[in-house]
Amino acid sequence: MIYAVIAAGGIGSRMGNVEKPKQYITLKDKPIIAHTVEKFYVNDCFKKIIILCPEQWVNHTKSIIKKHLPEDERVVVLQGGSTRNETIMNAIKFIEETDGLDDETIIVTHDAVRPFVSARIISENIEAALKYGATDTVVPATDTIVESQNGSVISNIPDRSKLYQGQTPQSFKAKLLKDLYYSLTEEEKDILTDACKIFSMKGYDVHLIDGEVHNIKITYPYDLRVAKALLDEEIK
Amino acid sequence: MLNTVFRLTQPRKIEIAFSEIDIFSGNVIVRPTYLSICNADQRYFQGTRDPKALAEKLPMALIHEAVGEVVYSPDKDFKPGDFVVMIPNTPVEKDEIIAENYLRSSKFRASGFDGFMQEYVSISADRLVKLPADINPAVASFTEIVSVSVHAISRFKRFSHERRETIGVWGDGNLSYITCVFLRKFFPDAKIYVFGVVPKKLSDFTFVDETYLTTEIPEDMKFDHAFECVGGNGSQIAINQIIDYIKPEGTISILGVSEYPVPINTRMVLEKGLRIFGSSRSGREDFVKTVEMYKEFPDIVEYLSHMVGYVKPVRSIKDMMEAFDLDINKSFGKTVMKWEK
Repeated sequence: MIYAVIAAGGIGSRMGNVEKPKQYITLKDKPIIAHTVEKFYVNDCFKKIIILCPEQWVNHTKSIIKKHLPEDERVVVLQGGSTRNETIMNAIKFIEETDGLDDETIIVTHDAVRPFVSARIISENIEAALKYGATDTVVPATDTIVESQNGSVISNIPDRSKLYQGQTPQSFKAKLLKDLYYSLTEEEKDILTDACKIFSMKGYDVHLIDGEVHNIKITYPYDLRVAKALLDEEIK
Repeated sequence: MLNTVFRLTQPRKIEIAFSEIDIFSGNVIVRPTYLSICNADQRYFQGTRDPKALAEKLPMALIHEAVGEVVYSPDKDFKPGDFVVMIPNTPVEKDEIIAENYLRSSKFRASGFDGFMQEYVSISADRLVKLPADINPAVASFTEIVSVSVHAISRFKRFSHERRETIGVWGDGNLSYITCVFLRKFFPDAKIYVFGVVPKKLSDFTFVDETYLTTEIPEDMKFDHAFECVGGNGSQIAINQIIDYIKPEGTISILGVSEYPVPINTRMVLEKGLRIFGSSRSGREDFVKTVEMYKEFPDIVEYLSHMVGYVKPVRSIKDMMEAFDLDINKSFGKTVMKWEK
């Protein structure tokens, strides 16, 4: 069984003066999250599409889904957790309680604020997760990345040719992810920035999937302007 | 849903654009899987169409020959997972007499509007025909050009007299090959003669009765009817040769596209009382007929599979460019993009 897990946990704190969390901002007459969910909705590999959002936005999200997608019990809205990984664990818990969890259960986790994700990226995530167990969608780094231990001087400049920028989806064998996550100490959990790190910390390979430069994450007002510009050249 | 469209913005330049697909529009949503390159696409890609047409039509997504998988359907006749061929001709009105592909108001994919080089295609259910799930997808991808032959032969049956014992076909390219494959099925007892210029290409027509070089046609050659599948600069010679050798009251079906007016021997057309008719493109009923014949005669698909040249997996714009470059260097057959983009 394959599940989409759409993480809509952000509360919009990085969005300047915009009032709503970024996933609810309108892009081309529709909330960003609706665009994102549609991309998973049209892929019938997914048994369910589980959307996780802050508690106070659950009903709002349900209303959006009802308005912008055909009625379908595959789409479920749940409350997220306190961190991204806790949010993913909520999704896994839901799967376990409703359909059961086995070694071949795959979750394709995706940011609600990346509506430009492509069919190819989603398909390749599914294929690679089934084959390898864990995937991360990336694009080669274009900027030189500078490391600084103290925030004032450079401590290292890694070789750019070996660096990639992480996007989503990240896809996993759900049971393995759950087992690994709960085997972590609290200190280990504290340094996690994403779920892929759980696998690499525990010595598992995470397979890379080619992302797309346009698979942008709409985090800042600038990103929203870029997204609107991408859509400005409407197709005739 | 945000949809990625790969549009030719100028010759040899493909760029990404985005469209919004309205899931409530009533259309079926199809994920293209195999796309076949046509010479018309190449003329845009290489910039050999006249500058005015290029300026008017670009930017535009190319490709009008494609199959795909239904991913969403509000129409009860289709469900996710169905393998379908997409019809590029898109009529906006109906006429009791004039077929949909001759209505001047009809639009055509990759000519008047975006073709199938898209992540998803939003398309009316009546522009889809279901394919057998086990059909060779590379062959199925060029069903459109096959349906053009089927359309022309269907019209030929309407227009020509019933003595169809011998049929001459001019041309040794894709359209000629397809037309001969189907003539063989429509008229199993007829003798089919093919006239071309490249011996190697003519040697592929193993299922016809005779092949001839156009420079070595026997003087006593005669046939009841003929198909012209040459086009371009060769149209004039081909049509006039046909007029010379065809029997009186025969019918000539013209399929080859020419950019320029073609002078023909009208005196002999009159003296022999010939009928000449043209065909272009195809419509839904031709696609339906073509798919029925695929099912009824599996050897058709086998013969057509000989036309499959390159099957190029496409995951990037660079792959698309390479597919068009592979195609331009081929002498015969079809280049198919296995669409993974």
